[in-house]
Amino acid sequence: MEVYADYAATTPMDGAVRQALLEDDGFGNPSSIHRAGKEARAKIEKARRGIAQLLNASSSEIFFTSGATEGNNMAIRGVANQYERPHIITTEIEHASVLNTLRSLDADVTYLQANADGAIDVDALKNSLRDETVLVSVMLVNNETGVMQPIYEIQEALSEHKALLHIDAVQAYGHMTVDVKELGADLLTLSAHKMYGPKGVGLLYKRKDVKLIPLITGGGQEKDLRGGTENTIWIEGLSLAMQQASDEMTRRSIREMQIKEQFLNLLTQSDIPFEVNGDVNKSASHIINIHFPFAEAEFMLTALDMAGIHASAGSACQAGTLNPSHVLTSMYGESDRNRQSIRFSFSYMMTDEEVEAIVTALEDIYGRLMR
Amino acid sequence: MNNSDITVVVGMSGGVDSSVTAKLLKDQGYNTIGIFMKNWDDTDEDGVCTATEDYEDVRLVAEEIGIPYYSVNFEKEYYDRVFEYFLEEYRKGRTPNPDVMCNKEIKFKAFLDHAMKLGADYVATGHYAQVVHDEEGTKMLRGIDNNKDQTYFLNQLSQEQLSKVMFPLGHLDKKEVRRLAREYDLATKDKKDSTGICFIGERDFKTFLSSYLPANPGRMINMDTGEDKGRHDGLMYYTIGQRQGLGIGGDGGPYFVAGKNLETNELYVVSGYDNEALSSSSLEASDINFINPVPETFECTAKFRYRQEDVPVTVKQMDDRLLVEFHEPARAVTPGQAVVFYDGDVCLGGATIDRIFKESKELEYLA
Repeated sequence: MEVYADYAATTPMDGAVRQALLEDDGFGNPSSIHRAGKEARAKIEKARRGIAQLLNASSSEIFFTSGATEGNNMAIRGVANQYERPHIITTEIEHASVLNTLRSLDADVTYLQANADGAIDVDALKNSLRDETVLVSVMLVNNETGVMQPIYEIQEALSEHKALLHIDAVQAYGHMTVDVKELGADLLTLSAHKMYGPKGVGLLYKRKDVKLIPLITGGGQEKDLRGGTENTIWIEGLSLAMQQASDEMTRRSIREMQIKEQFLNLLTQSDIPFEVNGDVNKSASHIINIHFPFAEAEFMLTALDMAGIHASAGSACQAGTLNPSHVLTSMYGESDRNRQSIRFSFSYMMTDEEVEAIVTALEDIYGRLMR
Repeated sequence: MNNSDITVVVGMSGGVDSSVTAKLLKDQGYNTIGIFMKNWDDTDEDGVCTATEDYEDVRLVAEEIGIPYYSVNFEKEYYDRVFEYFLEEYRKGRTPNPDVMCNKEIKFKAFLDHAMKLGADYVATGHYAQVVHDEEGTKMLRGIDNNKDQTYFLNQLSQEQLSKVMFPLGHLDKKEVRRLAREYDLATKDKKDSTGICFIGERDFKTFLSSYLPANPGRMINMDTGEDKGRHDGLMYYTIGQRQGLGIGGDGGPYFVAGKNLETNELYVVSGYDNEALSSSSLEASDINFINPVPETFECTAKFRYRQEDVPVTVKQMDDRLLVEFHEPARAVTPGQAVVFYDGDVCLGGATIDRIFKESKELEYLA
């Protein structure tokens, strides 16, 4: 039995979304002033309005991108490039598109450590905040552990401060409410392919009075913030996927939580020794990260894949081998745990049998190792 | 048992030999799985793992022949068990053979264990050697291609290790393997064979070694005349019988390395290929491995270095040492290298050369 349990890496495209995309030829350059262009423009603006509503934003605050990596670059570089060696606060557990972007900048960056529960300490953030801090970039849900970061407390800590708050909400949307006003976001990034939409499209929310320096200059698209002819079909796909995810959020996330609970129950009933990484009570519905103290993640992922189970761990090097997880290293320091942990991420579409198959495969692997 | 019930993990390096190995096994119906070993870290200062072209080739070939492929990282094991040994041998002035150690400790230990834990029945590699499994156990035979035969490097493998090994190229010659790669149109069909030691690659050996071990220049002495022949760059850079890189020639030359004195840091050289100082009649060896049982004393043939013609010897086992007497004098036998024994085409095993004698006098190859 083939079981895909890596939905935090990417999701399959929703059937309704795919159907809608097939029916649209996406013709017309939205910047053209003739009718073909205007039709395309109308579709994009309709999508923008719908999306704005879902996020409790106004449509002029939504900017389409090629995905979250671009969105994170746009937000971080767009702010940082306005200053000479700016002070920026982020966490050690961000996605590579945030961490590597910050590393490439001539900026003074404070990286906050995560606690063993998987969340950062807001007091540490308060202590590192300086008068000249210009940006705080924190993810809403960690992609490896699923642990939610204390965004509301961060927002409160920043309420009297001029620093902008950028939220990478890629792993949150569809699993919890993402309301830019409630979150206090000045900038917020989303990606379509993590919510059953197409790959290669996402968005950046930018609060009205936030100024960004554009990364891609061109023909004035996206209010001069992101040059390049808009990908009409993909933008419609993003909008449809977001609408679906919003409509079905409760049903989907409850099912994801059931799956996670079933998985943990089956694991507990088995002989397999394991520990959950981070506080399961603070984690989003679809992600669980498990430490198996008897085998390297590299071995486990190979053995699981050979058994038809697709999961993931840390980040892969280009030679296909695994690096220890930077997220777990932040939480637990240098330890075997960082090399022995696997992320399983679930979908509302999974069946009980699929969850059972994962645990059966784990039991087989463990049994073989103990033989 | 049907071949499809037998799982074979192929060690795929991204070279033509292991590519053809995987293809042959797949065509024979085995449940074939390719695994790439990353044994050496060439990550740069920025922490970026360099794009490994070899892994790219594994990916291409695995996709072409339709088998699953994975990676495994043995950098730590390789460093601890092969590279540390390699450095230690050079520190002692010896000439180690990291390929022998890599086969013993990594490819047919760490990797074999990994494959077995993944549920493999056998591990296969593209080595030019043959294994025969029968009632009496496992034998290792030379590869059919005499020019490519790699049993020399596999001499330290145990019966236990070899019992789980397949060498599908052992009955082919290299030309045939290339021809098959072209016939199957594998991505690696025209890829150049790798040469030299894997972790050094195309880099200059001296530069590489000097970044790990301090070079200690000293004097070169003509062993026969006592004459000072100038400066050497550090004893570790030279091996017994070596001619190149001495920087001396002209009158009386060519010169050859005939010994090292670690105490005085002197390099002994002699004039003439056939110089008596390079000639020996027996050796003493340790790290003994016999693949199949052998008598306490026996005659067989042996190699003292890779690709050398076999020479007839008498082997005497003395506790944890071997005394190997040559029937004809041998030239430039080198401490640290392997001595490997053969009975016809059967590789009996081998040992590591420690001391070299002429009649009963120990040579000053390493003083």
